[in-house]
Amino acid sequence: MTAQLLLVQVLNGLQLGILLFLVAAGLTLVFGVMDFINLAHGVQYMLGAYLGAWLAAAAGSFWWGLLLALPAALAAGLVLEVLVFRHLYARDHLSQVLATFGVILFLNEGVKLLWGASPLQVPIPPLLAGGIEIMPGLQYPIYRIAVLAAGIATAGGLWFLVDRTRAGMLVRAGATNAAMVSALGVDIGRLFTMVFAFGAMLAGFAGVLAGPIFSVEPGMGDNVLILAFVVIVIGGIGSIRGAFLAALLVGLIDTLGKSLMPDVMRLFLDASPARQTGAALASMLVYIAMAAILAFRPAGLFPVRAG
Amino acid sequence: MRLREAWLPLLLLAALGIAPLAGFAASYEMTLMARMMILAMAAVSLSFLVGGAGLASLGHAACLGVGAYAVVILDAHGITDALRVLPAAIGAASAFALLTGAIAIRTSGVHFIMITLAFGQMAFFTAASLSAYGGDDGTTLYSRTELAGTRLLENRLVFHYICLGALALTWAACAMLLASRFGRVLRAARENAQRVEAVGLAPYPFRLVGYVIAGGFGGVAGFLLANATEFVSPAILSWQRSGELLFMVILGGVGRLWGAILGALVFVLLETWLAELTPHWKIIFGPLLVVSVLLLRGGLSSLVAPRHG
Amino acid sequence: MAEPLLRLADLRKHYGGLAVTDGVSLDVMPGEIHAVIGPNGAGKTTLIHEITGLVAPDSGQVVFAGRDITRLSRPARVRAGLARTFQITNVVAGFSALENVALAAQARVGSSFRFFRAATSEVALNEAALAVLAEVGLADRATVLAGALSHGEKRALEMAAALATRPRLLLLDEPLAGAGPEETARLIALLTRLKAAYTILLVEHDMQAVFALADRISVLVYGRIIATGTVAEIRGNAEVRAAYLGEDDA
Ligand SMILES: Nc1ncnc2c1ncn2[C@@H]1O[C@H](COP(=O)(O)OP(=O)(O)O)[C@@H](O)[C@H]1O
Ligand SMILES: [Mg+2]
Repeated sequence: MTAQLLLVQVLNGLQLGILLFLVAAGLTLVFGVMDFINLAHGVQYMLGAYLGAWLAAAAGSFWWGLLLALPAALAAGLVLEVLVFRHLYARDHLSQVLATFGVILFLNEGVKLLWGASPLQVPIPPLLAGGIEIMPGLQYPIYRIAVLAAGIATAGGLWFLVDRTRAGMLVRAGATNAAMVSALGVDIGRLFTMVFAFGAMLAGFAGVLAGPIFSVEPGMGDNVLILAFVVIVIGGIGSIRGAFLAALLVGLIDTLGKSLMPDVMRLFLDASPARQTGAALASMLVYIAMAAILAFRPAGLFPVRAG
Repeated sequence: MRLREAWLPLLLLAALGIAPLAGFAASYEMTLMARMMILAMAAVSLSFLVGGAGLASLGHAACLGVGAYAVVILDAHGITDALRVLPAAIGAASAFALLTGAIAIRTSGVHFIMITLAFGQMAFFTAASLSAYGGDDGTTLYSRTELAGTRLLENRLVFHYICLGALALTWAACAMLLASRFGRVLRAARENAQRVEAVGLAPYPFRLVGYVIAGGFGGVAGFLLANATEFVSPAILSWQRSGELLFMVILGGVGRLWGAILGALVFVLLETWLAELTPHWKIIFGPLLVVSVLLLRGGLSSLVAPRHG
Repeated sequence: MAEPLLRLADLRKHYGGLAVTDGVSLDVMPGEIHAVIGPNGAGKTTLIHEITGLVAPDSGQVVFAGRDITRLSRPARVRAGLARTFQITNVVAGFSALENVALAAQARVGSSFRFFRAATSEVALNEAALAVLAEVGLADRATVLAGALSHGEKRALEMAAALATRPRLLLLDEPLAGAGPEETARLIALLTRLKAAYTILLVEHDMQAVFALADRISVLVYGRIIATGTVAEIRGNAEVRAAYLGEDDA
């Protein structure tokens, strides 16, 4: 593996990490503030991808697709919150897991019904097509760099929102002690709805961005969901900073693992078994990392709640 | 009241026992019932964990998968007798539970749910990488496990009663365990771990042993599932399957072992019936799941036998 | 002079900048009721937590019956003979009163890794549990779910569970808190009975009860012990009066 290839993989890893962060941010806030496990967060990412693809095709422009998909994703989040999720806040985690599992089944099948089972292709917008030379002789797609930049900008905005505004203060306080916040006279129900819809929009945004890179297909949210959970558990539930660092970590581990593991295995094994064990180990690496981190820090790297 | 409730699970088991003699002996009916009983077994062992020990695992299907893969892997190496395959399946599943439980049980609540999910995924990807056994596509079991040199498991009726026996045994064993001193500690720790420590007991080893036992029963279910479907693929240990098992437990009612049997029966019937209606049956099934969680707080078993007080 | 049953040596615990336990040294002699009093937030509960292992002190030692238990696990401390009740009632609400105590009894006798026999049919356990329930006056409530007991009964039940571990030292964290006048009278009568048989470290807000029950009293203010002595000595101590008894708190 050359240094150039490594650089490309690192960039790919960071970019996966950024997408994971956009999904995980909403998940960790919803989780931290409302103590609510939302397995359906992954299908909201998928929904964003579909809406983006569909609207882009209809409007003939990726940008219109993006612009329209965001409010649509927000609206979908609101509808789900009102119809299903708000009735689950007071229930135990198990009930939440199951009900949101039901939402996954419904939406995965729903997009199949509406858009068919085969993957949709989303063309890269002409403005961001092509590559640029990041090192002598090394081209990297502009679109991927744009995703990276957009993700980092969003992360920055999110940090500002959560750390520097009144709404953000309430959200942080809610993550630490929800009872106290409602004792302060804040309408917890509205705060929840807002956080929820906002999280859904972020996931949808990630989905739209992912459209031109990955294929848009039913079930695409499931793997992202599981990885996002790994992210928030590693980062410490409720912690945006933890989610950010953990997302980059998971993105890098996953991407680098997949490209390096087979080579590492070559040191011990023949070509064919090396490829297989390498691939298997690579798929497992993030879970191994999570298990290892939880074994030593059961509440994750940046625990929000004391005790 | 108490008496009536004790009769209900026996009634369920008896119905399953009579069914093949009462005209439900067609091949697809027998297949359906075998699936019900095997999943019910897995659900009962999960209910033992969730309702008994308070350990809501989202990775229980992995234990099934380990048991099922033990069958096809041993078969590929010419080991086909149940007397050796079954203990191996149980041993492998318990060992998996021991290794993963040792870490998972250190966490609690949501973290426990997530870490069991993560271990399940690890098992899933391991299975998918076993290219000698079909990788992603899975592998066929060309003949069912032998029983002391005979092809007894090939006989549909015999297989039916073996599944029934295994289910009854699982239920009885889990009920016995929960009533024992061991189970008392588990139940107390589920409600109030601090109280258990305050009388001088550490919950951890009890939970770990409980986790391993449930894993072992999951292994038996996996052994039977491999023989019932004569096919094993990574899908058997996907996290969706773990979610379905949890759903059976909740649908039947947490806190009552036999509720899991009821939950599994209803689940399989519903799934089969809806799938006949439309290939997009999940679009109906999903909302049904949501509604049942929202409305059926104590599960189906509490409709049949409401709790007093 | 006899060896103390429990000795705290220069215990310290900080939460951030707050010294919650600030160099506490204290002896509990065999057979005595040693009361710890002090205003709210003085660090009394934290002190009990440090003795029972729920909170790890930053430094200092907890010596029980001559053995350093500072690093021992919580259950191991209970097995060594330290039993406690909690300031906030702590029972298994879904268990009957009898099963709550039987759990403690089974923890003491034999192994709890028994898988085959129904625990409720173990006569020896039930009899042991019933005897302790009778000791705290709950014999006729044995079959009631703990969650359905009155507040005072729950406190008594917690004490029964503690007694069933056959402790050498009882740590009671505000056993009278939240009890009505009648319940208080009953609980004081119970404590008076226990006094004859057990060594007790008692944290309590009810001064009358403390003065009636305690052999010795330590006064804890802002994490420090400002005085230790007999009831008469503490009543007469000017510093204590100023720091604590003068307050409306009791
Ligand atoms: N886990 C903790 N983190 C931070 N401060 C704590 C913690 N536990 C207790 N405290 C503080 O320590 C002080 C002593 O508390 P506590 O031991 O409960 O007092 P008492 O039982 O005498 O009323 C209080 O100011 C309390 O707020
Ligand atoms: Mg206190």
